[in-house]
Amino acid sequence: MTDVLAVADHRRGELRDSSYELITAGRELADETGGDLHLAVISGTVDEFAEKVNREGVDAIHTVSHGEEFNHDVYTQAITQLYDELAPQYVLTPNSVNGLDYAPAVANRLGLPVVTDTVDLETSGETLTATREMYGGKVETTNELDGEAVVTIREAEWPAAEGTGDASVEAFEADIDEDAVGSTVNGFEEVGGGDVDISEADVLVSVGRGIEEEENLDIIRDLADALGATVSSSRPIVDNGWLPKNRQVGQSGKVVTPDVYIAIGISGAVQHVAGMKGSDTIVAINTDPNAPIMDIADYAIHDDLFDVVPALTEEFQ
Amino acid sequence: MKILVTVKEVATVEDEFEIEGTEIADQYLGADLNEWDDYAVEEAVQLQEAGVADEVVTVTIGPEDCEQTIRQALAKGADRAVRVWDDSLDGIDLLDVDAKTEILRAVVEEEDPDLVLTGVQAGDDSFGATGVSLAADIGYEWGAVVNHLEHEFDGDVASVRRELEGGVEELTEIELPAVLTIQTGINEPRYASLRGIRQAQRKELDVQTLADLGVDESAVESALELTDMYEPESESDVTVWEGSADETAAELGELLRDKGVAP
Repeated sequence: MTDVLAVADHRRGELRDSSYELITAGRELADETGGDLHLAVISGTVDEFAEKVNREGVDAIHTVSHGEEFNHDVYTQAITQLYDELAPQYVLTPNSVNGLDYAPAVANRLGLPVVTDTVDLETSGETLTATREMYGGKVETTNELDGEAVVTIREAEWPAAEGTGDASVEAFEADIDEDAVGSTVNGFEEVGGGDVDISEADVLVSVGRGIEEEENLDIIRDLADALGATVSSSRPIVDNGWLPKNRQVGQSGKVVTPDVYIAIGISGAVQHVAGMKGSDTIVAINTDPNAPIMDIADYAIHDDLFDVVPALTEEFQ
Repeated sequence: MKILVTVKEVATVEDEFEIEGTEIADQYLGADLNEWDDYAVEEAVQLQEAGVADEVVTVTIGPEDCEQTIRQALAKGADRAVRVWDDSLDGIDLLDVDAKTEILRAVVEEEDPDLVLTGVQAGDDSFGATGVSLAADIGYEWGAVVNHLEHEFDGDVASVRRELEGGVEELTEIELPAVLTIQTGINEPRYASLRGIRQAQRKELDVQTLADLGVDESAVESALELTDMYEPESESDVTVWEGSADETAAELGELLRDKGVAP
């Protein structure tokens, strides 16, 4: 039997979607050998969260009431103690920024291997087969692992669990050693505000690494002006300081759903795609026909952006 | 304050490539300093320039071939480098998080740094887990995905921002000693100056074997076994416009007019 312990994900009083995706992934794994799916809900308004995650497929929910917000030291202690109590085969966490802030520590403390950012999972009961990407999504790999493990799952890869469950809900009295809590969360700040809200735009002219130099951004601005569109970008452009944070599309930036999204010199890393896949029509201009952006593009031009973009601007002048 | 920065030489892959077994064929591979580590090195060097750090040491797990990449970090201002390699690591196609943790722990024990900076992840295997695993292992505090670090420390406490999803940053205080995993965009990595490159050639680059570090060979046997590698199946049903730039631009222009979103 393969029991699974999944850890719900919440922030600032809200459960994140990954909590429901973990239920689906955890249920699938547990089903393969007829095991139970346990869910841990740690910190915050645990009773309210427990009610929400009590969806179809969850066998038991364990609440750990300690503090309001995520703290990795509290999570690490609570999960290792739950593991000792429940002896699951797999500990499943989201591959979110917070998931990556405790899952490796939990694995280390338990003396278990950790495999991160998985996109598919199967188990025989003894052997876990995990699919994950390498080289920025250029290849997929399968990896085998015997015995217990800590596994993080990529967000939005599994569908969210639905329906109402009949899981037992129990408070777990974790023994949290405050001396071992060496980090303090003092607050949060929304970044990327300012003059422009790219999530409001009908047409986004979005630029990526392919633009090569800061001064080349002018051809992007010219196109946006000619179209009456808004300029946005992928992460590297903001990292370089060429555009402000409020222009960034993606996981750590804004989620956008314009009528038309023109991706120029953007390869389409998973973090970027997470922020724009809901666009009505996606057009990709990129020299690399194998770039991941082509998987979600509706239309593509496999050509040099420095030729295509000025030609397009000219169309509208 | 002493800072240890983990530096990895990562494999880069050309747009077109072939897979042989569970590896990408050599002729399609290049090598580069891991992008995230470049930011970690820059942050450490800035702390040194600000008078906060007395010494910046880099550590790399890798064969002799990667010394050029290590010298890049030295040229940007790191003081000296440690490179760990061993015959027993030759031919291993995947070093998992535990194996890296075991090796790095031995180096941390020897160097005894106040602060360890790693990249958030490596551009090739992208585990994103070694820094936090290392911290838990050596009993340091930690913070994952740090995109701001105050250069003034309040005693033994570092003030950081962690980059969460959706444009939210978490303001966190972390007790030292600590491991911070550094996100891209935290600073602007410098290019090495010619003077820096010359100086780097003379800086100490100490090579250690597992035996030197007192690490048992069995420690690097990964629990995770890479069993297959393939190109992901494209789910694309993209319409590709062919022709000259003028022709393809005209197609796109027509689409935009059809959608009623362009003049």
